[in-house]
Amino acid sequence: MNNTLLRVRDLRVDFGAHAVVRGVNFDLSAGETVGLVGESGSGKSTLARAILRLLQAAQGSVEFLGLDLLKCPPAALRAQRRGLQIVFQDPLASLDPRMTVGETIAEPLKVFEPGLSAGARRQKVGDMLQRVGLSSEMSGRYPHEFSGGQCQRIGIARAMILSPKLLICDEIVSSLDVSIQGQIVNLLLDLQDAGMAVLFISHNLAVVRHLCHRVLVMYLGKLVEIAPCDALFASPVHPYTRALLAAVPHMPRAAVAAAPAASGEPAASGEVDAPGDVDAPGEVAALDLTASGCAFRARCLYALPVCETRDPPLLEVAPGHWAACHRSHETLNPLSWEPV
Amino acid sequence: MTATLSVDRLRVGFSHRTGSIDAVDRVSLEIAPSECVGIVGESGSGKTQIFMAAMGLLPRNAQVSGSVRFEGNELLALDAPALNRVRGSKLTMIFQDPMTSLTPHLKIGTQLAEVMVAHLGVSWKDARSFAGRMLERVHVPEPQRRLNQYPHELSGGMRQRVMIAMSLLCEPSLVIADEPTTALDVTIQAQIIELLRAVRGEFGMALVLISHDLAVVAGLADRILVMYAGNVVENSIAAELFRHPRHPYTAELLKCMPSVSGPRLARLPTLAGQPPRPGELLEACPFAPRCSRAADRCRIERPQLSGSPASQVACHFPLSA
Repeated sequence: MNNTLLRVRDLRVDFGAHAVVRGVNFDLSAGETVGLVGESGSGKSTLARAILRLLQAAQGSVEFLGLDLLKCPPAALRAQRRGLQIVFQDPLASLDPRMTVGETIAEPLKVFEPGLSAGARRQKVGDMLQRVGLSSEMSGRYPHEFSGGQCQRIGIARAMILSPKLLICDEIVSSLDVSIQGQIVNLLLDLQDAGMAVLFISHNLAVVRHLCHRVLVMYLGKLVEIAPCDALFASPVHPYTRALLAAVPHMPRAAVAAAPAASGEPAASGEVDAPGDVDAPGEVAALDLTASGCAFRARCLYALPVCETRDPPLLEVAPGHWAACHRSHETLNPLSWEPV
Repeated sequence: MTATLSVDRLRVGFSHRTGSIDAVDRVSLEIAPSECVGIVGESGSGKTQIFMAAMGLLPRNAQVSGSVRFEGNELLALDAPALNRVRGSKLTMIFQDPMTSLTPHLKIGTQLAEVMVAHLGVSWKDARSFAGRMLERVHVPEPQRRLNQYPHELSGGMRQRVMIAMSLLCEPSLVIADEPTTALDVTIQAQIIELLRAVRGEFGMALVLISHDLAVVAGLADRILVMYAGNVVENSIAAELFRHPRHPYTAELLKCMPSVSGPRLARLPTLAGQPPRPGELLEACPFAPRCSRAADRCRIERPQLSGSPASQVACHFPLSA
């Protein structure tokens, strides 16, 4: 996929004296779904908002279809945003309670296609409601009449009505129950099949794994690992990525094997696995900007003296697989690393 | 042996303008001494309300009937002063959001010591020094310094450790942890689960772990109760539940959980439909409208929880064990 849609370069966002996004670089191709994972405070949502210029970046560039969004004048920015939409985490809070669902979904059309007749607009809104799994008769209802999962579909419908090239989803399944979560993920998979690019921000690694082509791992404002989805889950390189994966509580084997009918594995052991060992002791701390070195070193079981003094650059460890760790060159199988 | 907590035909209803709705519908359950029981269900299934009723923490428009006995004593009959002698000392609760469950304007040390001064009648000085030792036991770094800090100065994970310390101060018989890791990041969640496992071994109390996430409960619980629309639909030994879910809802829930291992799926399994609105299906099985196994009987007769102690299910046509 050489068809670059979004090119983020050296993006930096400061909140007062704190650097929240610290020099982020990545590309996103047309039709590609990229996951952005990391813990709270890692800067995921700030990065998304800086890309959309919903908040001001301190430096860097965000090229969308060849145009730098951070430098273009307001009129041009508004035109670009037509192709670049966002869905927010809280489905109810991001809908206007005094507007019917139909009015909410129609509003972007009024802005960008003012020539459209009311009838044509209604038709489009009805079609979009059906596409996200609701019925067109629902357009006269208000947000409070819908469940959380349905509100999230309405948020997606509003973002999709202009047929954007890129949809940014900021933790859109986090507040939903597991049975509803699958419905929203499947809706995104349908949109993916229709050629839409998605930047999927989530702390839920299991959902990211099923949805994304590529994954970006963020820690304290920096991307520490970029990898194709399968490679990230099969052979994570950065110690932080590995700590994240190890911390995900595991379902007992029998349940996991029973879930996908295709797996063919007999539901054998039923052993209750404990959640993985805690590979990252301590917690994310506010970063001391005067300090040098790797931001993860205080929690890292593999830190070397060099990690104190030099911030590791993102280096390619395998085709398309990048990691920012001084020990990433040692071997592709970090399980063989000796803790220090 | 007396059960630590024994709930019998508990009903929790909420009255509002247009009538009353049942959040918990005639639920019975028992928790044995030093047992860890996981309570799993989706939002609105009533899993929290059972224990809010036990703690006397329901809002005023709630109507409660049935029985909740704690170490043989009926909690629902107690007045506030009598209830206050039990809750916070022998029966304690940890909530989802440790920021809103700690008092923002009191120092950590004061909040911890207050519990012991009130319940055990010890001096403030002794209570403070014991509080410091308790923080150390839940692995709060620099416990002496923390005693003089306010909640906002601590991270979410650290605040949850303080809550756990507070719940353990008076050697409780039962700790109820309501979504204790839901507001936390995944690496911190793993640390808190480890801590709960460790304190359970060390203090030997019974533990109720309420969660929407089966995977969180999986690592800790001896037994798991699955709730749906105000009812317990399955009550099984944890390993048994994961190996052979008997209720169709449990099986569907297990299927819906995406995993970080195993094959990647083209589409995630989903559960069609919505839970019934409270009061909508009074005599039918509440899961019948979404159930692939439902027959006529399920729509006219509500199934009761039955089976062996290892595996109980409320279903007319359960999956075979």
